[in-house]
Amino acid sequence: MLRDVDLSGYRKITGKNVPRESMVASGHRACQGCVEVLAMGMVTRAVGNDCIICNATGCMEIITSPYPQTAWKTPWIHVAFENAGAVASGIEAALQSLTRKGKRKGPLPTVLAFAGDGATADIGLQSLSGALERGHKLIYVCLDNEAYMNTGVQRSSSTPFGASTTTSPAGKKSIGQSTRKKNLPAICAAHDIPYVATCSPAFHLDLMNKVRKAMAVDGPAYLHIYSVCPTGWGAKPEIGISLSKLAVETNVFPLYEIIGGRYNITKKVTKPKPVLDYLKVQRRFRHLTESDVAKIQQQVDDSFAYLNTMAATFPAPKEKGGAKDEE
Amino acid sequence: MGKRVGIEVSLAVAEAVKLCDVDVVSAYPITPQTHIVEELSHYVANGDLDAAFIPVESEHSAMSAAVGSSATGARTYTATSSQGLALMHEILFIAPSLRLPIVMTIANRSLSGPISIWNDHSDIMAERDTGWVQIFCENGQESFDLTVCAFRIAEDKRVLLPVGVNMDGFILTHMIEPIEFMDKAEVKAFLPDYKPQLTLNPKKPVSMGPVGVPEVYMEAKKQYEQALWDSKAVVKEVLAAWGKHTGRKYQLVETNGKKKAKTVFVTMGSLGETAMTAVDNLVAAKQDVGQVRLRLWRPFPKEEMKKALKDAAKVVVIDRALSPGGVCGPLATEIKSLFYGAKDAPKIVNIVAGLGGRDVSVKDFEEMYAKAKSGKIKDDYVIWGVESNA
Repeated sequence: MLRDVDLSGYRKITGKNVPRESMVASGHRACQGCVEVLAMGMVTRAVGNDCIICNATGCMEIITSPYPQTAWKTPWIHVAFENAGAVASGIEAALQSLTRKGKRKGPLPTVLAFAGDGATADIGLQSLSGALERGHKLIYVCLDNEAYMNTGVQRSSSTPFGASTTTSPAGKKSIGQSTRKKNLPAICAAHDIPYVATCSPAFHLDLMNKVRKAMAVDGPAYLHIYSVCPTGWGAKPEIGISLSKLAVETNVFPLYEIIGGRYNITKKVTKPKPVLDYLKVQRRFRHLTESDVAKIQQQVDDSFAYLNTMAATFPAPKEKGGAKDEE
Repeated sequence: MGKRVGIEVSLAVAEAVKLCDVDVVSAYPITPQTHIVEELSHYVANGDLDAAFIPVESEHSAMSAAVGSSATGARTYTATSSQGLALMHEILFIAPSLRLPIVMTIANRSLSGPISIWNDHSDIMAERDTGWVQIFCENGQESFDLTVCAFRIAEDKRVLLPVGVNMDGFILTHMIEPIEFMDKAEVKAFLPDYKPQLTLNPKKPVSMGPVGVPEVYMEAKKQYEQALWDSKAVVKEVLAAWGKHTGRKYQLVETNGKKKAKTVFVTMGSLGETAMTAVDNLVAAKQDVGQVRLRLWRPFPKEEMKKALKDAAKVVVIDRALSPGGVCGPLATEIKSLFYGAKDAPKIVNIVAGLGGRDVSVKDFEEMYAKAKSGKIKDDYVIWGVESNA
């Protein structure tokens, strides 16, 4: 479904005005090299402090809120695992109602939901779908580390084909995860919402500007952020960002946005690197044979070809630049 | 006294919610709750109620959205029943622990299986320990009155807990009863504006729902359980204020029939009214029988119940829910433990009746009385009408 999207309120971030303050304070309890918390911090930098955050149960909730400590500088609520979409809906509806009735003043804060891939693609899919379909003005951010990391690396429907997890272990009769990664951005776009984008913390300006566009649109926005988990993936903690970059450069995780159903590939990769470069630095893929890798390469090529076709068929209008931030 | 209007009780409850000027209604349809939320969505559509109506995709989301809304500082209402209440189960524990004064109507209905849309109390009994203030209504007027009272109880600074108002599905929700309404100004005079203590406000950031590590978990539980116990005094106070405001007086525990009767029925919900007629008939027939009706299920009014039963030699507890494999029904368990170790403890007979919408008539109560009096009921409990062992 196509619709025109008004992005006139979009405030662009450039290398010169990167917002400095993250709303997640340091001293939280994330693992060494966690890219998920880095990504979450980047989102909050772009949003600023006038926001209300709703966090699904998961790593980010656990590491930021062991009572009596909190890492949150903004209002923050955690209710349960599968309901970030619904809780955020309630917050947004309350803000709208209270404002209309004169019980609160000023512009509406940004309502932001953070959830992992399990909380989004599996147990919370219904709640997310409801929130998107009802058209609440909120930004739902899926921090995708491709398995249930908080509980010890169990597979989710967002785990990629061939990855070994604790519930999709590689073995004599198993390749590891035997299914392909669920396409959450496409599912969200099918809800006819104004803005959907994939983001990578290796491309921080691209990520933060997608957050800014998500803030500008009138209605729900969905951001799917690639979030390396060195602990769960068996990757060295220091390579989180380079691995994030590699995922984009191999077309394993292409960066694009879907604006009112129209596609824009925001990071064009002219000569994609072989997917093997990406797989070989992660222990979760080390059992794969040459033919397995070839199969994955084919899957990546096919998926990217599909994306390219969509982008060529339904191209997003050229970006008008967006007003620069005053910071 | 205001004018009485004949109206379906569900519509009267919706009117009460409208008069309370709620900010957010978050609801999912389930029989027999539907007429309440349909009416509320009409009010919103016609501009008669300025509220956000969130037509959520499940009851789990209805309660989750209600939590988000209430945490933002909005007066929040929802209604559900049976399977819907069961689907909310997980979040029902979280609302009181976050101290959110959500008000919910529960149109009591049996739980599957087999699937049944008709009334009993198995839905709310499965949610007994969620930490909500739980009130039971006996008739339409009470359903209207106690809905308004529920907001004042929930939002009282000394309480700040969610309140569930139970009304029997179909038996109350779909009945047309004469109801005395109030106007908006009268409700406003009774129910002050909601002034939340802590909200999700960027100008004053707070973290809600943090991890309760073992060092603090029990203290957190103790705190909100204490709040639940403390709410009893506020419920009393609010009911007294309502009595003054409207002339309709309610107690946590009500009594009728013969004073100091030897045999006493204990009922909860709409069965109480049927039992009342039976008790009147029996008293007229010179029988030594009385009745105690429980209005506040949680927190349980221990002292009031003990006092109401102090002269009874035999107590016939009517449960409208089964506790499979348990010692007896949920209400009888409560009454038995109340008298445990007491020297003058009455004999307690437990009858489970009216499951899945099965009618319990005046005649049934008269027969129950005869059977209980004769001492024929020896088991811990009997399932009325299907007992093979009584």
